[in-house]
Amino acid sequence: MNAPVIVASPPAAASKWRAILQSALWLRIGLLAAIVVALEIYGRIWADPAFMRPPTAIFEALRKEILPEPKVIAALYMCVAEIAAAYALSILFGVLIGLAVGASRFSRGAFFPIVLLLYAIPQVALLPLVILMFGLGPAAKIAFGLSHGIFPIIVNVVAGMRDVKELHMRAALSMGASRVDIVRYVVLPHMVPSLFTGLRLGMTMTLLGVILAELYVSQGGVGYYTRVFAESYNPAPLFALIGCLAAIAIAFNELVRIAEHNLTPGKRRTHALKASVKE
Amino acid sequence: MEGSSFAARSVQLSFVAIVAGAWYLASETGSVSRLFLPPPREVIAAIERLVATQAFWSAVTVTLTTITKAFVIALVAGVLTGYVLTRSKLAMRVIEPVLSGLFTIPITLFLPMFILFFGIGAGSKVAYGATYAFFPIALNTIAAFSKAEERYLRAARSMGAGAWDCFRHVLLPGAMPVLITGMRIGFFICFASVLGGETISSVAGVGRNIALAAELMEPARMYAWIMFVILTSVTLNMVVYSVENRIRSR
Repeated sequence: MNAPVIVASPPAAASKWRAILQSALWLRIGLLAAIVVALEIYGRIWADPAFMRPPTAIFEALRKEILPEPKVIAALYMCVAEIAAAYALSILFGVLIGLAVGASRFSRGAFFPIVLLLYAIPQVALLPLVILMFGLGPAAKIAFGLSHGIFPIIVNVVAGMRDVKELHMRAALSMGASRVDIVRYVVLPHMVPSLFTGLRLGMTMTLLGVILAELYVSQGGVGYYTRVFAESYNPAPLFALIGCLAAIAIAFNELVRIAEHNLTPGKRRTHALKASVKE
Repeated sequence: MEGSSFAARSVQLSFVAIVAGAWYLASETGSVSRLFLPPPREVIAAIERLVATQAFWSAVTVTLTTITKAFVIALVAGVLTGYVLTRSKLAMRVIEPVLSGLFTIPITLFLPMFILFFGIGAGSKVAYGATYAFFPIALNTIAAFSKAEERYLRAARSMGAGAWDCFRHVLLPGAMPVLITGMRIGFFICFASVLGGETISSVAGVGRNIALAAELMEPARMYAWIMFVILTSVTLNMVVYSVENRIRSR
């Protein structure tokens, strides 16, 4: 990074410069900028254009070959819709199954090992079967996204229900709370942070499942275009398309993170509670 | 554990029995197309035929070699990167969030790039698996070494321990549990991503054979391969967990 031109008095400038040097955020931006510049130089001077293009050429391809192409945009929209649908279904079924499995000590002991066993299976081995069953359209991608996203949510809902402090339970009971009250005021608030961990992991896994299925089905959708661009040794639009998908993935992850940040009063409350219990 | 009670065990056994029974009934009575669900006896026959072929073992060898290469690369690169980063507070603050941010993006997106760079053979799967496994290993290495107790280090130094002694007797034992967790996660991610890469686009290996059986509409053979993968991964899980527990309990 070039030193910015600073017209302030020397000591102030030096300290400002030092502050920038020590600020992790600016260094991170500088590092990423340096990587982009390095890629640009490498792409322009050394790289074989059949495999690698500089970032400016990729941006150009994004502007000229991806964005004006209605079919590619439709495929990307479809991908977004599939991720959203798969994630919504993962949350619905994941929370329901999680609540059922975590409901009692017995159901947890009986069913949680089954969930963990299923979770451990590398589902990608089932991908051709899922496509065979649900066809080449969005149904298969949603199904595969759902089967990936649901497990972290179940596991974390069960975990969140399990670790309720005996102390809190006894306090609620001694103050005359009913079973419903305990679920409403003790178990559910306690579950929230763990639930959001599950939702975050669930999003990562849903993205993985949908994108795996998209890439596997090369007859249509995003997978078709990645294959066409890769097979025609046309890396610029390929990288641009991958960039779009990465942006979609980042946007979805950010959405969940923001929701977690804003919708977790329970997080703060339990921390406060823990602190007050310690005292 | 709570799962070991007799009632819980019988629920688990009956779950397995219900799944197997439903499979048998649905496929034998023909209420589900045998294209999706071939009868169990056909799958068992297919497994027997498959294991006897040379092609089976060569596919398994290809996949195992790919996984091993990818994992070794990810392990060396991940542990080195993670360890070096923890030696500098600034590097940690700058780079660690970049790594953990990148890890939330499905690396699968970049599979077409790997195939473009390294071809359709095993090379692209090694690169893909290694990249995927690199992140959990590096992140766990960072977590493992960054929470070393300053007190212990100072105590060791004041008793005359050199840099190597500190590493060998203080840093490493403290970091070991989290390091091993990272290796386990990395290994299974590596396993799944190599299989996935082979399924999506390759010329050989276990994943390719599953996809091929599906394309050729040979459900019994596809189920045989899937069964093989599931049994292998369940066995590996058990082995890795018991090894991990043994190392931890030392």
